[in-house]
Amino acid sequence: MLAGTGNFTENTRKALEDAALQKALGNVKRGFIAKRAKARAALPEFETLRDEAKEIKIHTLAHMDLYLARYEAQVKRAGGQVHWARDSGQARRIIAGICKAAGAKSVTKGKSMITEEIGLNRYLQAQGYEVVETDLGEYLIQIRGETPSHIIAPAVHLNKEQVETDFRSHHKNLPPERPLSKVSDLVNEARQVLREKFVNADVGITGANFLIAETGQSVIVTNEGNGDLTQTLPRVHIVAASLEKVVPTLEDASTLIRILARSATGQDISTYTTFTSGPKREQDLDGPEEFHVVLLDNGRSGLPGGEFEDMLRCIRCGACLNHCPVYQSVGGHAYGSVYPGPMGSVLTPLLQGVSEARHLPHACTLCGRCEAVCPVRIPLPAMLRRWRMRDFAKKPPLAKAKLGLKLWVFLARHPALYRLITTPVIKILALTGGRKGRICALPFGGAWTDQRDLPAPQGTSFMARWRKGERP
Amino acid sequence: MSAREAILGRIKQSLNVSGDDAGRKHTVKSRLETHPRHTIPERGQLDLEGRIGLLAEILEGQSASIAPVAKIADVPEEILRYLRGHGLAPALRIGENPVLRPLDWERAKLEVAAGAADTHTLTGCSTAFCAIAESGTLMLLSGPQNPATLNYLPDNHIVVLKREDVLASYEEGWDKMRARGADIPRNVNYISGPSRTADIEQTIFLGAHGPRRLHVVMVK
Ligand code: SF4
Repeated sequence: MLAGTGNFTENTRKALEDAALQKALGNVKRGFIAKRAKARAALPEFETLRDEAKEIKIHTLAHMDLYLARYEAQVKRAGGQVHWARDSGQARRIIAGICKAAGAKSVTKGKSMITEEIGLNRYLQAQGYEVVETDLGEYLIQIRGETPSHIIAPAVHLNKEQVETDFRSHHKNLPPERPLSKVSDLVNEARQVLREKFVNADVGITGANFLIAETGQSVIVTNEGNGDLTQTLPRVHIVAASLEKVVPTLEDASTLIRILARSATGQDISTYTTFTSGPKREQDLDGPEEFHVVLLDNGRSGLPGGEFEDMLRCIRCGACLNHCPVYQSVGGHAYGSVYPGPMGSVLTPLLQGVSEARHLPHACTLCGRCEAVCPVRIPLPAMLRRWRMRDFAKKPPLAKAKLGLKLWVFLARHPALYRLITTPVIKILALTGGRKGRICALPFGGAWTDQRDLPAPQGTSFMARWRKGERP
Repeated sequence: MSAREAILGRIKQSLNVSGDDAGRKHTVKSRLETHPRHTIPERGQLDLEGRIGLLAEILEGQSASIAPVAKIADVPEEILRYLRGHGLAPALRIGENPVLRPLDWERAKLEVAAGAADTHTLTGCSTAFCAIAESGTLMLLSGPQNPATLNYLPDNHIVVLKREDVLASYEEGWDKMRARGADIPRNVNYISGPSRTADIEQTIFLGAHGPRRLHVVMVK
């Protein structure tokens, strides 16, 4: 559910003081960044593929209505049904309706951010369904009652000691003295517990990384194989996907697949990539009897052609999170939204409204790393700046800030006065900095100098040096 | 207005286009019909020996194994050797597979059951439609000959692949599928190693939900 975005400042403070979280976040820095760099270096065509991926998405978005209609027709042709949902509530009701009509009791789920976005689990559970997440990371956070802290590694904020404690308290029917200190013990236990769930589920729900208009196939990628078990064993398979997942052809999907895993985990390709269309065929020995796709809008249909259109190119690889200094410091939960990090800070206000999520676009240093690694070259910093401008235009700035800016504008327009005032200030700051060249405390600047030093000015101003005839 | 009409209408409104714009329709139709290729990485574009070498190298790097046999009749012996080598029971399950069914499994003293996998199936065996050298990927088509559960439920998965079916790129695999002429199956499965997870502290562990082992038997 989208909730709690408003507490960002408080959340970050807590996150920075959370030793277990800080330890776990070290894994993001050490793992993902190096792996992506290696994968990129191993594929000379990587940058070209990024350009082409961007073009594929731009073309698709410009013809989105037509490709979606074609996708729908192909799903029907394969014997499946497509349901359109304007918002989260409608999507939840459609999915619950399918479960009810199927006489379902238990539901297994492959990893799906869309079902997080619409708050599906709680809704289904309130109606009496057993809902079990099968991606190991999603399962870990489900038994803790948490939300994902990363879009591809939902439990990246946890350490194995925490998982051991959770398994001991949650899997009560297993012998209490069993060893659980190694990662292998934990994975094997989850495998054992979840097997039974897979086999007994009536409905399996997966997400989709791509919807292929040409063939009516939806595509999932996993490393565990949980998505395939989720969609093959139950009687009913539901795909939950948002509109912008559509791509024209298998060739287009191939290019996107080449950059997806490399950007995400640094793999050439995920272990399992599965293209699915329709229910089981008549001769098939396994597979579901029913196949449904729920296409979620949630505000996306208003974005093509507008100033936030670029966000619809996102393929949810997570690279912008991994490379973001703010995400690396506070983790995903601090954002308080389903989608954290740079992509979440742009997307959340679009889904949730800028007043609810107004802190997020400000939680950015505009360092530009996210755009540099985004496989579909989304200009995330520019879009974050756009949100800030909108936010600023909406709410009156503080009187103090307003006065400061007015003063600044006045001085900037009067160069002689500006120099008269700044020259002594520069001298004073340089003196304060002393030989270290750093200032550790500054009147009125406590918010800055509490956490870090201010570099002291070196020498005289640019204008003064220019006048003396210095040229770079 | 139905949700479908509302959503498609809003997209058109955002794009400032009308639905019956012939130019847009033509663009979409021709993209779907010609399905143009984009840049294909050079790494897979080798001769057959080169492609096989690359496939094996990547698969082995992903903790899968690969063994050549001279002819299809040798497959049961190789599977027996593999299962024995890992201390596994000499039993496996296959689909209604026209390539695998006629083989002389009895001579190799392998117990073979037919059908989809269940939770008791320890080893499943399927045939690959082709393989993609550039990423070390096996491409399987689901159907009675290859029930998808065989790929994911058993502890061990064995895939029989013909040498000449090792292709360079995903695109070549799709062209081969289109050339079949038949409707597409429910699943096209890309498999690039045994099941794995890195969800706990980014430590890679094999056999998360799917097979712990993947073995490829390559037939000349
Ligand atoms: S915005 Fe770009 S980098 Fe971030 S998740 Fe989306 S595709 Fe990946």
